[in-house]
Amino acid sequence: MTETPIPDELPADQVAEGIPIDLPPRIRDVEPVRSVRTPIRLEYDFIPSAAAQQYLRAYASKRILGNRSPVDGAVFVPPRGVDPRNGVVADEMVDLVDSGHVGSFCVTHLPIPGRKDLPVPYVSAWIHLDGADIGFLGLVAGCAAADVRIGMRVRAVWKPDDELGATAENVLYWEPTGEPDVPVAESGNRAWALKQAAAGGGDGA
Amino acid sequence: MREVAVVSSAVHQVEALTFTTDVQLMVPLINEARSAIGLTQADIGFTCSGSSDFLAGQGFSFVQTLDAVGAYPPISESHVEMDGAFALYEAWVKLQIGEVDTALVYSYGKSSPGSRRDVLAIQLDPYTVAPLWPDAHAVAALQARLLLESGAVSAEGLAEIAVRSQHHAVGNPNALRASAEATVAGLLSEPVVADPLRASDLAAESDGGCVVVLAAGDRARSLCERPAWIRGIDHRIDAHALGVRDLTRAPSAALAAEKAGAGDDRLDLVELHGPTTSQEHILATELGLGADTVVNPSGGALAADTLMAAGLVRIAEAARRVSAGEADRALAHATSGPCLQQNLVCVMEGE
Amino acid sequence: MGGERTAVLGVGQTHYRSTRGDVSMAGLVREAAMRALADAGLDWSDIDAVVIGKAPDFFEGLMMPELYLADALGCVGKPILRVHTAGSVGGSTALVATSLIQGRIHRRVLTLGFEKQSESNATWALSLPQPFSVSINAGAGGYFSPIIRQYMARSGAPELVGCMVAFKDRQHALSNPYAHLRQHDLTFDQVVEAPMLWDPIRFSETCPSSDGACAMVLGDEAAGDASPRPVAWVHGTAMRSEANNFPGRDEVNPQASQDCAADLFRQAGISDPRREIDVVEMYVPFSWFEPMWLESLGFAERDRGWRMVEEGATRLDGGDLPVNCSGGVLSSNPIGASGMIRFAEASLQVRGMAGDHQVDGARMALGHAYGGGAQYFAMWVVGADKP
Repeated sequence: MTETPIPDELPADQVAEGIPIDLPPRIRDVEPVRSVRTPIRLEYDFIPSAAAQQYLRAYASKRILGNRSPVDGAVFVPPRGVDPRNGVVADEMVDLVDSGHVGSFCVTHLPIPGRKDLPVPYVSAWIHLDGADIGFLGLVAGCAAADVRIGMRVRAVWKPDDELGATAENVLYWEPTGEPDVPVAESGNRAWALKQAAAGGGDGA
Repeated sequence: MREVAVVSSAVHQVEALTFTTDVQLMVPLINEARSAIGLTQADIGFTCSGSSDFLAGQGFSFVQTLDAVGAYPPISESHVEMDGAFALYEAWVKLQIGEVDTALVYSYGKSSPGSRRDVLAIQLDPYTVAPLWPDAHAVAALQARLLLESGAVSAEGLAEIAVRSQHHAVGNPNALRASAEATVAGLLSEPVVADPLRASDLAAESDGGCVVVLAAGDRARSLCERPAWIRGIDHRIDAHALGVRDLTRAPSAALAAEKAGAGDDRLDLVELHGPTTSQEHILATELGLGADTVVNPSGGALAADTLMAAGLVRIAEAARRVSAGEADRALAHATSGPCLQQNLVCVMEGE
Repeated sequence: MGGERTAVLGVGQTHYRSTRGDVSMAGLVREAAMRALADAGLDWSDIDAVVIGKAPDFFEGLMMPELYLADALGCVGKPILRVHTAGSVGGSTALVATSLIQGRIHRRVLTLGFEKQSESNATWALSLPQPFSVSINAGAGGYFSPIIRQYMARSGAPELVGCMVAFKDRQHALSNPYAHLRQHDLTFDQVVEAPMLWDPIRFSETCPSSDGACAMVLGDEAAGDASPRPVAWVHGTAMRSEANNFPGRDEVNPQASQDCAADLFRQAGISDPRREIDVVEMYVPFSWFEPMWLESLGFAERDRGWRMVEEGATRLDGGDLPVNCSGGVLSSNPIGASGMIRFAEASLQVRGMAGDHQVDGARMALGHAYGGGAQYFAMWVVGADKP
């Protein structure tokens, strides 16, 4: 981490009046401490939830799992074990394909702390897999950043088989498939309302 | 003051929640507390929770836990980075205004992934004390040393508190440390961990969560046969620096109890959030408890101490017993900060 | 709005800077608190309770700072609460403090939001990855940028609307002595030509990282009546939260934002916000959130918020609905305080005490804050007259 320089004193008119402090004579001429640098190190052993474990194990075999809500069949990916709209346990797992479309995206020109592997600029996008009803963040590559668009169909580019593991890093990025785009009006979170209407008009809530 | 009562609660505490995330822990607990009185989230007027990012090792850690509540359609909801007892206080205040009649309060903490005693060192003055890394056991031991040397209590007296906790905890599914066989002599023969405190003087650290549902007036009566009415609730804080106050005292606990009207009538039982025997002793002194008041029938925080929830658990344990008819008037207490710096007192009555 | 009438008796702010190396955290909060007390004509002993709020403690490396700050905030023997609701925290903290007055628990409450981000590392604190997931976003901008892109596509807004907002807010900041970013010679072209950070957001359209604190003294009706200076009366308060990722979610105009605004205006008896609100302080950390929130709050029709910006309707000079005359979050952003600064600046406006960035004749103002994945909302309406 970079050193934070200590700035000069603020002009007197910008500092609130404090209570005058009467220092004991023996320390009146001692130079005050301007800053204290305290390294803090804390270690945590994170253990994934049951749903996350299932997801990561399947992911190591290039399978993408989502979970289905018992309330209205909505499919969430990655699976969280609960439907966040209502707190109902959602542990039915479903297999999803590794292709979908871009719901939205941005082109980032900043490096991410700890990700020196990412060339800048890079495209991060909300990937909506076919069969899933929410998106998740993923990298889009394999085309110029300027060519990425909402509705663009993509598929996963996986790590080589011998590098797969039960980690979140198995998909290197998502690349365009070249198929016709999903129309913008049907892309991303807009798809759900259309799906509900086609199913006979629930309110989706 | 508007009549507000605890109408439902749920507690779950274990030694370590291994494959369970905060969300997975809270889903069944929140559902249990709501459905026990036939409520869904749509019936809840205000939701408030307590938790800590530093404990979780994650910034904004409470955001994910909202999944367990069910926050769509949108809800009126807030969060304090404090023990759930203070979240309950905020919910109680909201109910006083009169716009809503029910509130859902929850809090949780998982200490097992990290080192709780080191995490708590980061509560201390960041410029002059925290850099020394006095862990939570050491800080509590300083206070215990002063307490023993003041003559207010002996080592045997502290061991008696530990024994009583272990006896009471027998049969409590949410207690980690329970034994009908514990004796003063037996505990005093164990080695000290942070002199003068032994392992039995320090709380059994637990992972877990707690949910409490509050309701006002006739709504409470319609939801629960014998609501635990909150007759008074207050919290106060003392100075932070360990050297500027008498660590054998907890004036904020006494003041909160006074403001909450604790002494207005006899107390059948109290649940004290004392993470050490020495602190439980100080609290009992500050509250001026009578000989016929049962202290910590659940075993108290010594039997199981879920950081960020232990105070709310005290309220739940006391309320449950009031509603069950085991007590007519009860006091629940919560603490925060080093050496009982901040204290909350809640006085409840059956009708 | 239910319960006891609540007044804003005093406001105090610190000078916002990237690093306030001249004060400790205690010194920082006292600077704001003492200015608020002075503004209210009150002393520490007049305060019954304190409510503070801030964002994750990783920003300072101090856990549960209300414990350490109890002494500095004159809190010994008093109640203190610490609120944490992500970016909206400054707003929700003010609302919790208001509840204490509304509920007739206390008569005068000091409320304060702060962040001393320079003490730790803000980028690190914001980028801590969730376990078992890959870190893809470099900061909040990476999260909000796709949402902004959706708005631009949906509304057909011209590309430079965001730059217009950024330029406006930075110009407004020059009239606010406390503002962090003071870009005296900034031109519109410089805003446009600034490097892209998260396309479509440029560096010039992004909030800074600031140290700072903002405090208010709230009082009951009697305290408001007795105040030597003009007070702001609270006409309505509302908070809403929603899940941040679920099927069909509208991230551009979240339901929680709409519900929060609807509840707020109902309490305040406002049916035509564009006409009845004189000035707005809204939480705009990235430029495009101004047109998006204008629509969500009901000041503009759907997909038309950008026209208000283009027309200059939100400018201090000449606009009919000035927005962020203080310079907004785009000019000063101590995360834990930013929401409260919005609430405080709205109060200053209706008290007629906003100095060089005062909107003439402002009598009704909206303070707005949001946080998380655009999922937490806290808002209030304050007026020069009693509700």
